[in-house]
Amino acid sequence: MDIDWAALGEVFGVSLVMTVALVGLFTVGIVGLSPKTEPGGPDGSAGPETAPSALARTGAYVCFTLCAAAVAYGIYLIVK
Amino acid sequence: MEHLTLIIGVVVVTALVFDFTNGFHDTANAMATTISTGALKPKTAVAMSAVLNLVGAFLSVEVAKTISGGIIDEGSGIQPEVIFAGLVGAIVWNLLTWLAGLPSSSSHALFGGLIGATLVSVGWNGVHMDAIVMKVLIPAIAAPLVAGIAAAAATRLTYRLAARRSADQTAKGYRAGQITSGALVSLAHGTNDAQKTMGVITLALITGGSLAPGSDPPTWVIVSAALAIALGTYLGGWRIIRTMGKGLTDIQPPQGFSAQTSSATVILASSHLGFALSTTQVCSGSIMGSGVGKKGGVVRWSTAGRMVAAWGLTLPAAGLIAGASAFLADQGDWGVVTVAILGVAACATIWAASRRDRVDHSNVNDVDPVTGQAVATEGGADGAVEPVSIPAPRTATGPAPQATV
Repeated sequence: MDIDWAALGEVFGVSLVMTVALVGLFTVGIVGLSPKTEPGGPDGSAGPETAPSALARTGAYVCFTLCAAAVAYGIYLIVK
Repeated sequence: MEHLTLIIGVVVVTALVFDFTNGFHDTANAMATTISTGALKPKTAVAMSAVLNLVGAFLSVEVAKTISGGIIDEGSGIQPEVIFAGLVGAIVWNLLTWLAGLPSSSSHALFGGLIGATLVSVGWNGVHMDAIVMKVLIPAIAAPLVAGIAAAAATRLTYRLAARRSADQTAKGYRAGQITSGALVSLAHGTNDAQKTMGVITLALITGGSLAPGSDPPTWVIVSAALAIALGTYLGGWRIIRTMGKGLTDIQPPQGFSAQTSSATVILASSHLGFALSTTQVCSGSIMGSGVGKKGGVVRWSTAGRMVAAWGLTLPAAGLIAGASAFLADQGDWGVVTVAILGVAACATIWAASRRDRVDHSNVNDVDPVTGQAVATEGGADGAVEPVSIPAPRTATGPAPQATV
């Protein structure tokens, strides 16, 4: 009986890297587009907000574009 | 010829019923977290999933050449009766696990059914035991681990990255992410699982002499299989959605997004790299992983344990039912008819039992959130197969013991 450890290891590695990369990218995108909140009081209330800079916005769109490309590749894998 | 026509007709109908339960059972995989975090309204979520399953069924022409992926020696004289009995076993087990609100693999139920039926009709030489280990046992252990670890790591990362943002600010983004990844899972599901039914029907038509060996499935087979899985998805196995969305862990949008992304990635990576993993086990693993990955997150391990027990039982239980069905069906036409009647009666009984404690789109999210308290008080006091093992309605607030209604 041959257990295909190589394929299993590959699935594990690719899944882990892709999931973490995509979730990370997408989160950076979300964070880039949302106003920055200064640390609030000890009661957990939010501090004053500042709008995201142009750089943060651009970075966010780059992140979202990369995620969209990954989704497109996913659809390609399903269809092919 | 008369005989063949009857049995082939019965196999086609049974295969479509299985396809329906497959969609019904697996709605939760793509949509449970989307529904429980409120990213989409329950009805909208299942409708979207149904459409994508329908589209997915038409996307690929790569019809499964073997219905069991090499577990059964399909050249060893596998009769339509064997396929029929296997399908009955898979359907009944799918409905039983649905009644208990437990996500279990529809593919494993089908494999188990076919194995049981083959053992009875053909004998041990019809089953490849090492293929069972390779295609069922190893993936069953690997799937939740791979998906769970990926989801846990992703959850930890996303919470850390977004630590300086409030939940309100990020909700819209996570919502979009969840919908996208849920859509991918639905699409992949439609492609994979509807193809499986098309393969079963095509094989039955070939064994019955209605189609030449090696034929592609006729259009009506593609259309009916696509519609059956989409309809099943739309009606939604709400009990399973509740368990996966609310029962395993309390899922917040960042966790839902991480879990969904992990599921979509693992499913696509595994099928692309040729190490197919069960969608159900991947998605359940992702959800548990997202509970483990959040600081202070709580996984309701007693529910997880019941779920894992159902996974372990799926193959033998579907096999037993299918074996008994195969024994009857081998007796001739009256046996086939008896199995059909018993199968319908079993489905009706399960459905009637489900009516006593309805779970649908209106109350799917109405459960106590999973907290440390709930885990401490639940303690596995409720029965394993009882449908009431679903957590109590929200009306029972506070630290009251969990439903042993």
